[in-house]
Amino acid sequence: MPELTKISQPHRFFLNMGPQHPSTHGVLRVLLEMDGEYIIEPQPVLGYGHRMQEKLAECRTCTAFMPNTARMDYAAALPYNHGYAALIERMAGIEVPPRAEYIRVITSELNRIASHLLWFGALLLDLGAFTPILYSFDDREQILDILEDITGSRLTYCYFRVGGVSKDIDDKFVERTRAFIKRLRQRFDIFEKLVTGNVIFINRVKGVGIIDADMCRRYGATGPVARGSGIPYDVRKNQPYSVYSEFDFDIPVGENGDSLDRYMVRMREMEQSLRIIEQALDKLPEGPYRGKIPKKIKLPAGDCCFSVEAARGELTYYLVGDGSDVPYRLKIRVPSYSNLSVLPELCRGMLLSDLVAAMGSLDLVIPEIDR
Amino acid sequence: METAVLYELLRMLISVVLVVAFVFINALIMGYLERKISAHIQRRPGLMEVGPHGILQLVIDGLKLIGKQLIVPKDADRTLFRAAPLLSFAPVVLPLIVIPFSPKLQVRDFDVGLIFILAISSLNVLAILMAGWGSNNKYSLFGAMRSVAQNISYEIPMLLSLLAVILMTNTFSMQGIVQAQGKIWFFLVQPVAFLIYIVASFAETNRAPFDLPEAESELTAGYHTEYSGMGFSLFMLAEYANMFVVCSIATVLFLGGWHGIPLPFGAYSGAIWFFIKAYGLMVFMIWVRWTYPRTRFDQLMNFCWKYMIPFALVNLLVTAVLVKL
Repeated sequence: MPELTKISQPHRFFLNMGPQHPSTHGVLRVLLEMDGEYIIEPQPVLGYGHRMQEKLAECRTCTAFMPNTARMDYAAALPYNHGYAALIERMAGIEVPPRAEYIRVITSELNRIASHLLWFGALLLDLGAFTPILYSFDDREQILDILEDITGSRLTYCYFRVGGVSKDIDDKFVERTRAFIKRLRQRFDIFEKLVTGNVIFINRVKGVGIIDADMCRRYGATGPVARGSGIPYDVRKNQPYSVYSEFDFDIPVGENGDSLDRYMVRMREMEQSLRIIEQALDKLPEGPYRGKIPKKIKLPAGDCCFSVEAARGELTYYLVGDGSDVPYRLKIRVPSYSNLSVLPELCRGMLLSDLVAAMGSLDLVIPEIDR
Repeated sequence: METAVLYELLRMLISVVLVVAFVFINALIMGYLERKISAHIQRRPGLMEVGPHGILQLVIDGLKLIGKQLIVPKDADRTLFRAAPLLSFAPVVLPLIVIPFSPKLQVRDFDVGLIFILAISSLNVLAILMAGWGSNNKYSLFGAMRSVAQNISYEIPMLLSLLAVILMTNTFSMQGIVQAQGKIWFFLVQPVAFLIYIVASFAETNRAPFDLPEAESELTAGYHTEYSGMGFSLFMLAEYANMFVVCSIATVLFLGGWHGIPLPFGAYSGAIWFFIKAYGLMVFMIWVRWTYPRTRFDQLMNFCWKYMIPFALVNLLVTAVLVKL
């Protein structure tokens, strides 16, 4: 816990931002030592939403933990499903049919777009523009409807299974997804006009919250935060999992590492995700959507690790097995935690308004940090 | 003489009642317009439940706010905390006295009408400062400090832009200014002053993109964070009434006041034109609010001191020279 009583100089004061504050997006608390409107020392305080997810994994069979994975990053739950399913498959040596892999990629990318649309609205909300979130939610709603039809839920999916997915996709899904791709491409023009070209918006994010590549490496920031700083690191490209190596897509990177670059990276990432979905729909193979798996999955003694690119960066599951079907230890490396750890160094000497903009551009999901 | 005094007293009473009633009606209209227009900008229906298209929603909301408990936070300065909403409400009622809605519909035409309005409406800052200081909340204090800095800065370009019009009309009387625009409306003659005035009025009324004193994503709700019930709604009433005053000044000084193409309503057509213009400007303010993000505080100040004031000064000088020629 940070020192609550000590103020370094007499005219300074503490400002408690959160855990109930409109722009901390959840139960994050940032304790700010302020000098007027300038931040001298920001300190994130965590733990308001801790649910012992890693311990819970040690108390149940490895397949029964699947629903919990969706409760961490609720904005983009399918990559979390994906990482965990793939981890168990790698550990137990289970083959996944190609159709299942394609379905996983398509749905994960749809979920990534939904997550980025949510972030887009939330960032603009932080900057005081209320309207964009309702436009982006309009599009996000389409994705949720599409995913609801096949997964059965709208937010906390438990769609992936060890060895495949729980339900096959049908022609209706393919048709609706194609229609959505067409729609979203047109919507990007609206976002461009409403936000990206807006002088007030650019003034608020350009040159604000500069994270350089060295800082990203020191804190382990990944995902759009690292890519915004010019590090072309994306698990989908650097250590391709599933069937990502079969698709042609780019990794958008920024130059300066400011909030505007992170914004642009995420906006362009949505376009790349659309490209991946399009190619996957074209190549979608026939066959089973679920492989043959033993009734009881035994995890061999030893450890195993699996990384996927979640919507916020690199997500790594590390599992230690002891020969039973219950994991001995599960460690989850979440991207938001590392991205948040940049905050104190990033925001020292910043204005309060810039802190809000910078924090919005990091795209933090608090239940993922407090898992 | 006796009847004249009595008549005058009666006139005063009726005027006060009408003006206060108008402030409330204006808040109802503006509250409805704001919520409905913002909803349509955001592609949602908005108010639909109470009455046809939700037109009675604001009445219900008003009743709810009256019924709510007024909570005074612990360790707050009770006197200041209670007085602030009242003080913010008073100065927005007074300017309505000198606004000429039509050639005849005006409570009083002072020789110094414009100065009266500007002097009174500056009091609003004091109310916000009291609210921020009295709330015993750091966010409220931030909002109040921002508001004071912002309103004082923006008053300068606002006054300079209005002064350019005064140089042309040679009178501070609101009725006189309207009459001077019989041939041409001043926003055509003074486009720079009109632009500066509109931008400054956004800052004066704390409306987006200059709504920094109540920036909800940074300061939760700024100076009125701690207010509930009628305390909060008095601030809202004041905000909408303030918007109306600011837009009325723009209408009187730049848009020709009650001048307009004659309508088939006889003596009322002047008032109708006035309200069309004033509410048009207010709808414009709503439109801007729901479209743009918020500026940052230092950017706001820079914009005022580096662009608006120099431009307003140059405009004033040019006007002075041209008038003299």
